[in-house]
Amino acid sequence: MISILVDVSGFAAALLFILGMKRMASPATAVHGIWLTGIGMVAAVVASFGYLSAIPVEARPHTLTNVALALTALALGGGWAWWRGRRVAVTAMPQMVALYNGMGGGAAAAVAAVELMARDGGEASVGVLLLVVTALGALIGSISLSGSIVAWAKLDGRLERTFRFRGQSAVNGSVLLLALGAAAWALADPSQLSLAIFFAVALLLGVLMTVPIGGADMPVVISLYNAFTGLAVALEGYALSNPALMVAGMMVGSAGTLLTLLMAKAMNRSLANVLFSRFGDPVAGSTA
Amino acid sequence: MNDALDMGWLVAVYLFMLAAFTGYEVISRVPSILHTPLMSGSNFIHGIVVVGALHALFHATTLAMQVVGFLGVALGAANAAGGYVVTERMLAMFKPSAGRKEP
Repeated sequence: MISILVDVSGFAAALLFILGMKRMASPATAVHGIWLTGIGMVAAVVASFGYLSAIPVEARPHTLTNVALALTALALGGGWAWWRGRRVAVTAMPQMVALYNGMGGGAAAAVAAVELMARDGGEASVGVLLLVVTALGALIGSISLSGSIVAWAKLDGRLERTFRFRGQSAVNGSVLLLALGAAAWALADPSQLSLAIFFAVALLLGVLMTVPIGGADMPVVISLYNAFTGLAVALEGYALSNPALMVAGMMVGSAGTLLTLLMAKAMNRSLANVLFSRFGDPVAGSTA
Repeated sequence: MNDALDMGWLVAVYLFMLAAFTGYEVISRVPSILHTPLMSGSNFIHGIVVVGALHALFHATTLAMQVVGFLGVALGAANAAGGYVVTERMLAMFKPSAGRKEP
């Protein structure tokens, strides 16, 4: 009974997200749009406490602790972000969006980490596809987390320099391969060590990808990481068999990708040019 | 990765395809003045990840899982709450003009 309620709330949330996003796409109705999505979010979060009615036997002794942890985390994270968002100056909003977006990516990565750790307990029946999807979401979410934090630091004036060197793309490419290798290792041999190394390399990749990009290009980069987080959420939604996460995440993933391209176009640049260019740098050529 | 409905991968691919088209259709042809608020709005929408983090935390059995799950819920909640506040403040600058409504 309660699980039906959870499912219905998830569906309602997905519906309200689509309607709200549609309304946000027009200046006349935009304010109503965010209210609609807000209602959907509250409904989904409240309903998710219904998961407690169907937790497996081995997690039951921890229920009280877990609920206390959940309420504390909701109050701390939500309260801090709400207070910070109310207080921040209008001109400082883009970097706050970057920070909140990175946190969403981090949350997706954390979900993946818990799911992968659950395997440690000897759940052998899990399919390979599910594991690969979970790890991919973890990789994308981690890149979004560390990349967004760098973007935030640049926009906030905490990180003035851009770090560029010869062969940077080659280095980043090798780190990506390293991250994929670490993911394969963490899936083949799930231990806290392999998982920690995997997440560390993934976070490093996000930093390396973002440091060479100049501050003026940051809005495009934030939009790209926004799409990344959406994609990571969608993949973790599949890992959790949660259609609301899948729909909301993939919708943001595609809308965010399109927005990124539109923003790059508005600057008369291609996305590749923003991400890989050495603009104003005499060492390398104009294109990557 | 737990119980729940065992979703076939094909259904998942269909769901992803339809959601991706939905996102594309909603965003295409928006005025460029709305790019930043929409980025912020979609940033709020993926705050739904907090629901997944709650699911993970409620199923946690070890201390490490509880710590990571706690972090996930806190980060997800910050994404949702912060995304909402910032988007609402951005959109409040667009005063809805009387009588004009989207069909």
